Amino acid sequence: MPNTVSSPGVLSGRLPASKVTKNFSDLHEPFRNHEASVAADRCYFCYDAPCITACPTAIDIPLFIRQIQTNTIDAAAKTIFEQNILGGMCARVCPTETLCEESCVREVAEGKPVEIGRLQRFATDSLMKSGIHPFSRENSTGKKIAVIGAGPAGLACAHRLAMYGHDVIIYDSKEKAGGLNEFGIAAYKSTDEFAAKEVEWLLEIGGIDLQLGFELGKNIHLNELVKQFDSVFLGLGLGAVNNLRVNGDDLENVSDAVQFISGLRQSDDLTSLEVGREVLVIGGGMTAVDAAVQSKLLGAETVTIAYRRSKDKMGASTFEQELATSNGVVIRENLNPKSIIGNGKVSSVEFEKTQQTSEGLTSTGEAVMIAADQVLVAIGQALSVDEERLEFVGNKINVSSSGRTSCSGVWAGGDCVSGGEDLTVTAVAQGRDAAEDINLSIMG
Amino acid sequence: MANLSSEFLGIKSPNPFWLASAPPTDKEYNVRRAFDAGWGGVVWKTLGEDGPPIVNVNGPRYGALYGADRRLLGLNNIELITDRPLDLNLQEIKTVKRDYPDRAMIVSIMVPCEEGAWKSILPKVEETGADGIELNFGCPHGMSERGMGAAVGQVPKYIEMVARWCKQNTRMPVIVKLTPNITDIRYPARAALKGGADAVSLINTIASIISVNLDTMSPEPSIDGKGSHGGYCGPAVKPIALNMIAQIGNDIETGGLPISGIGGITNWRDAAEYMSLGCGNVQVCTAAMTYGFKIVEEMKSGMSDWMDEKGYTSVSDFIGSALPNVTEWQHLNLNYVAKAKIDQDSCIKCGRCYAACEDTSHQAISINDDRMFEVINEECVACNLCVDVCPVENCITMEPMKPGELDTRTGKIVLDEYANWTTHPNNSGACVID
Ligand SMILES: Cc1cc2nc3c(=O)[nH]c(=O)nc-3n(C[C@H](O)[C@H](O)[C@H](O)COP(=O)(O)OP(=O)(O)OC[C@H]3O[C@@H](n4cnc5c(N)ncnc54)[C@H](O)[C@@H]3O)c2cc1C
Ligand SMILES: Cc1cc2nc3c(=O)[nH]c(=O)nc-3n(C[C@H](O)[C@H](O)[C@H](O)COP(=O)(O)O)c2cc1C
Ligand code: SF4
Ligand code: SF4
Ligand code: SF4
Repeated sequence: MPNTVSSPGVLSGRLPASKVTKNFSDLHEPFRNHEASVAADRCYFCYDAPCITACPTAIDIPLFIRQIQTNTIDAAAKTIFEQNILGGMCARVCPTETLCEESCVREVAEGKPVEIGRLQRFATDSLMKSGIHPFSRENSTGKKIAVIGAGPAGLACAHRLAMYGHDVIIYDSKEKAGGLNEFGIAAYKSTDEFAAKEVEWLLEIGGIDLQLGFELGKNIHLNELVKQFDSVFLGLGLGAVNNLRVNGDDLENVSDAVQFISGLRQSDDLTSLEVGREVLVIGGGMTAVDAAVQSKLLGAETVTIAYRRSKDKMGASTFEQELATSNGVVIRENLNPKSIIGNGKVSSVEFEKTQQTSEGLTSTGEAVMIAADQVLVAIGQALSVDEERLEFVGNKINVSSSGRTSCSGVWAGGDCVSGGEDLTVTAVAQGRDAAEDINLSIMG
Repeated sequence: MANLSSEFLGIKSPNPFWLASAPPTDKEYNVRRAFDAGWGGVVWKTLGEDGPPIVNVNGPRYGALYGADRRLLGLNNIELITDRPLDLNLQEIKTVKRDYPDRAMIVSIMVPCEEGAWKSILPKVEETGADGIELNFGCPHGMSERGMGAAVGQVPKYIEMVARWCKQNTRMPVIVKLTPNITDIRYPARAALKGGADAVSLINTIASIISVNLDTMSPEPSIDGKGSHGGYCGPAVKPIALNMIAQIGNDIETGGLPISGIGGITNWRDAAEYMSLGCGNVQVCTAAMTYGFKIVEEMKSGMSDWMDEKGYTSVSDFIGSALPNVTEWQHLNLNYVAKAKIDQDSCIKCGRCYAACEDTSHQAISINDDRMFEVINEECVACNLCVDVCPVENCITMEPMKPGELDTRTGKIVLDEYANWTTHPNNSGACVID
């Protein structure tokens, strides 16, 4: 008998293949022409538009939407890519409900923003599908720059530097480029190998040499790189995951959510992936929601997110919380994990109830048990690089507003630096801005 | 990126997009910002004679016609020419032209119909370093009652006379701005040509009452309970202007006279249409007043992309390309047969095509129990009404029939050869016409 949603244990094949395919198709369907033209017509072409201010990469949103209105879609895409070369991925993964769309004047007026994200996807998909790379390199400057990390920050930085005519080598420790676009973003946000296609398209600018399997601190070292290159950019992301550090975190079927998602993203047959019947996700951010929703879509019978503070403190936006609950995920707040219980394999997790008091988060003394045959831990990631030459703030690299680190000739951006939200679009903005500053500094 | 640079009467500008003489070009502050935003040139807000400046009303000057979602389709105004002192305008024109030498600077002028008045102002304008002048014979309101603007523009012999005075008294190129408030635009255009004008620009605004307030029974914009006719402009006037431009372009006398196109131009496509009918460049007013100077970015990117796509390397490659295809009705091919076709995948089943065709046209669309709408070829005369009322672009298309196919409406085979009304058997005067 084939497995079903209620078969006990951590199993594969809980849902028929057709259902899994449907579950993991695009979260937001791409616009058809008619939808795009109706959506574009709603934009007022605001002066000093608040949506531009709210976009970390400051895309000229009214302009690109006007270009869609006048049916010059390639021009619209170019407007987007000029500010954000990963505008295709950002159109899919940006939490627009807390960025551009939240500040759209029509959100304020009618509670219905112009659908900026989907329009952005409409324009960028159209240009990328036609195989056009809309930029060309300036004449070679002979300057060499090393970019460490092929995630959004590194790619955006490399592309801008290549446009200026510099020669860029990107080193990444993984076997594939793209960073979390490739390994982290929820599968229903980046379907059809989009991350890999986007990297390929981005590299068409030329002048970028992608070197995989090189790890900073192992087979490449910062002190050598600064000597060999005119500048170095670090876009390392947050490689390590925070550990729960409670009893039982070594039990079988307790794992790190980022690892779980990465396995999912790299799988070419989702029905072969194993998932528990009662999945418990510990955490409150985007990763927690993604792990929970994807477990549910793989066929888990119950999925619970347990967060130690109240819901309004969750890193995941209201939209994402609703995405989780509408998929049948239960979100429970004010639960602090105490120990993971099980005999070899996990069977339940014990929490203490918390409350927000004037002394901060305190225990109410009440214990809560939640049964689980799989536990996914999503309590944040940390920077794993160990470089004494760099100055840190907390556990992130300290940088100036243009991305300069404390170490001369070394810039950094993306999740690995202090300041800014850990979002794809923020990483792109920081990578691009660092490239501008690097260009000024080496050409100055 | 195609090259958008343009040359009109020898006046160079980095693109063919100029701002028309109106509030956007009324002062240095505006024009500097317009040039910084990327406009290729401006026609400065119309100057009047030296002396106490014109006064404007101190209440509303504009009224609007809206489409859905309050999209502004037409604008009406009762503003007059500049209400700032002549010397101040001249001084500002001079500084701006000095600071933006690559942009076109045209000065619009409207002074009384006496040679002395023109002789006196022309040297002052010339002294600013401006590239040319535009004679405002257009304003339909306020100035015309004083014997200027449209009052001159409606009398061809005055146009000819003033144009001649100007040509005799300045070395600057002279553009005559035409009023559309006339029955046949070719007469004023011919007069401008006879007077020696280097070009015409059109259209100025159309005399209009935009709305009536039903509580106060006052036309709008209402000044203390009364309104006066104003000048109408914006997207709604474009078709009127295009027709007039084609008429001038195809006239035996005025054909080839340079034209600067004006009227409702809002995006690159509008501009390209004007230019395809023979305009050397275009001027914009309402669109800038509605959306701000930044719209020129879309006009530039759009026209440039389209030119690249078509393989045009310079704007002169397509200027006038559509003009030969503007013909008279009697020369249209009556053997050309088309049928409407509804794409069922795009159809949203609103039934607007049905209402239009069934109630007011040829009963050529059927509806069934599933609200499926289909064209009845036996009845369809290809009028295009359904295409025009359908809310979904390209959902209904007009499909030409191939020669040899049977037109089930007429029962006749579609013929390959061209045949028009002049030779049609139903035309009793077949040989007389043409
Ligand atoms: C599960 C999950 C879901 C997310 N969902 C969203 C979302 O929906 N929307 C959104 O905006 N953001 C989302 N994010 C956040 C977003 O993915 C990150 O903010 C973004 O990827 C950061 O980009 P980056 O370039 O700084 O780092 P990364 O994408 O992490 O890329 C870093 C790269 O550096 C390489 N690297 C690391 N260390 C070394 C080393 N020592 N030597 C060589 N190479 C190294 C890595 O292999 C990797 O390729 C999500 C994150 C996670 C974990
Ligand atoms: C408020 C306003 C003031 C105008 N003033 C002038 C003027 O002083 N001189 C002139 O030649 N045309 C004037 N015009 C007409 C415009 O230059 C232009 O010919 C007309 O508005 C049509 O173009 P549009 O549809 O792009 O607005 C004015 C138009 C408006 C709306
Ligand atoms: S805020 Fe909204 S309406 Fe205004 S420009 Fe941005 S998308 Fe358009
Ligand atoms: S547009 Fe400016 S000047 Fe005109 S009425 Fe409004 S606030 Fe007053
Ligand atoms: S008007 Fe267009 S969308 Fe509406 S029913 Fe007719 S074909 Fe369909």
